[in-house]
Amino acid sequence: MPSAVPAVGLHQITKRFGDVIAVDSVDLEIADGEFFALLGPSGCGKTTTLRLIAGLEFPTTGSLRIFGDEVGTLPPNRRPVNTVFQNYALFPHMTAEENVAFGLRMRKIPKAEVEPRVRDAIALVHMEGMEQRRPDQLSGGQQQRVALARALVNSPKVLLLDEPLGALDLKLREAMQLELKALQREVGITFVFVTHDQGEALAMSDRIGVMDGGRLLQVGAPEEIYARPTNRFVADFIGQANLLDGMVTGPDRVTLTNGVTIAAPSDIQPGGRVTVSLRPEQAFLHRQGGAPEHHASVDGQVEQVTYLGNALIYRVSFQWMHIDVREENRPGGASVGAGDDVTVSWEPSSVAVVQD
Amino acid sequence: MIGRTARPGSVTAWALSGTAWLVYAFFYAPIVLLVLFSFSDDRNVGRWGGFTLSWYEQFIDHSQLQNSLWVSIRVALLSTVISVVLGTLAALALERFRFRGQRVFDALLYLPIIIPDVTMAVMMLLFFSEGIRIAELLFGLDLTKGFTTITISHIAFNISFVSVVVRARLSGMNEQLEEAALDLYANRWRSFRYVTLPQIAPGIAGGALLALTLSLDDVVVTQFASGPGSTTLPVFVFGMIRRGVTPLINAVSVIMLAASIVLVILSLATQRLRTGETGRTLGARMRRRSGR
Repeated sequence: MPSAVPAVGLHQITKRFGDVIAVDSVDLEIADGEFFALLGPSGCGKTTTLRLIAGLEFPTTGSLRIFGDEVGTLPPNRRPVNTVFQNYALFPHMTAEENVAFGLRMRKIPKAEVEPRVRDAIALVHMEGMEQRRPDQLSGGQQQRVALARALVNSPKVLLLDEPLGALDLKLREAMQLELKALQREVGITFVFVTHDQGEALAMSDRIGVMDGGRLLQVGAPEEIYARPTNRFVADFIGQANLLDGMVTGPDRVTLTNGVTIAAPSDIQPGGRVTVSLRPEQAFLHRQGGAPEHHASVDGQVEQVTYLGNALIYRVSFQWMHIDVREENRPGGASVGAGDDVTVSWEPSSVAVVQD
Repeated sequence: MIGRTARPGSVTAWALSGTAWLVYAFFYAPIVLLVLFSFSDDRNVGRWGGFTLSWYEQFIDHSQLQNSLWVSIRVALLSTVISVVLGTLAALALERFRFRGQRVFDALLYLPIIIPDVTMAVMMLLFFSEGIRIAELLFGLDLTKGFTTITISHIAFNISFVSVVVRARLSGMNEQLEEAALDLYANRWRSFRYVTLPQIAPGIAGGALLALTLSLDDVVVTQFASGPGSTTLPVFVFGMIRRGVTPLINAVSVIMLAASIVLVILSLATQRLRTGETGRTLGARMRRRSGR
């Protein structure tokens, strides 16, 4: 049964390095058993946040709880969390087995107990037969597995992962995403995962926290973050988006800075400066005047067509703004080319209006 | 090597390999001669008088030589142990911590490597004569120069060399390993004992052997720090030369040479242990060593 107490609770956590504010009054609760991703560009404070939870840094101000216990000033060896480091940080002078056993040895767990636990952990990550290899005799993916086993063997209450897939090549990364997710379900431990790869975060996490400039901008399920970004940075950072600047001029109405008024539902008061975010795949392309009744639309001209293999991106300009429309490369798709007059339409509910 | 990479038969290849042999001859001919004449049965060095081992026998019977050899070994061992501990601590402090005056400490630590031996020797001479006077005035201690002062002066220059070698090793080590150890329930001491120390052990061993070699070889600093009672083998030999050279000197030199070669080879071997990447730092170190 998952605990009702949050696995990790950050309350007004701030971390300063000299004059630099790395983490800026972050409030965050991560539930027991959750797969949580901290997502953001490099330097956004996500790794520092992870290190604060691990105890490798101490917060300047704020309260940090793990399962209700205040741990803000405890050293890492006295916290019930373990970390999978960015480049695994396996001990090069020890075999895979000795690496995995390290945490148990340091806690002076009786030998009779260490052996089966190490064996189970190695089996959990499918590394049987590799026990006697040293890290430099293992591939990147295998090192990753040993690092996971080394952390999980201690049965931490929370597992912290710092860009664990960053060093792997694309194919392996995709395979490991699925495996990591399955592993988390199997062991039922709370995973807190740091990544700059939005695709990875969307694919793996139960919830995502998007960070920028030390601040936590939005927390939510992947669908929520993708479909309902609450600010411009999140809309821009997650996936592709057409970001159109404008002002709310009436109920569900936004006048863009180029003078075109479009239908875009929001509860922002008229007069508010906003950005309208429209995903390229949520927009549809028609011959001029061919938009469905219930769709919002603008007329424009195809400026450029980009061929992606599995899809085509049509850049449609209207006044001096433009909207990218993505169409899957299916037989019978719109056969329009550069210079054609077209109408771009979308479901009014598929745009997100965020205040600047 | 040179001959193989150039095109066979060409004039360049011949010239290059010829130069190489010439350089080797220049390096090793004196050593070969030295070794050869240590077995010569003639009082004059440079005149071959037939094969004998009598000079080596003389060395074994020579109580003053034996005495100075014993001093050399004790000084070398003691100064190595102390300078390895202090040098490693200094390296750790500089690589792993930030403290006030760090840059000054860093610069000062390298000073004994840079300053000429003679300067160092004169400094030691002044330091010890003043120190002995003050010790006598304040505490009534009757100190003389000898074993202790030699050891102290050797520690003084060896700390720098040890810390340079250990630092090179430490800076090549992934700091995240120590964080990983802390994360895996090790405290600071156990993280050092089980992760940092095994990682820098080749550096420490290399530094120790280097310190041992430097201490055994040193003449200039030792000469100024030693007293009439006890002196090291190289200084004693240096004194002997002034009273006339016999093949006994050759025999002593061969023994010292052999000991040095063994230590240098051990030093190289331990440095190579487990990593192939220390070649660069090693080269830099050997250059510095030959500068002493």
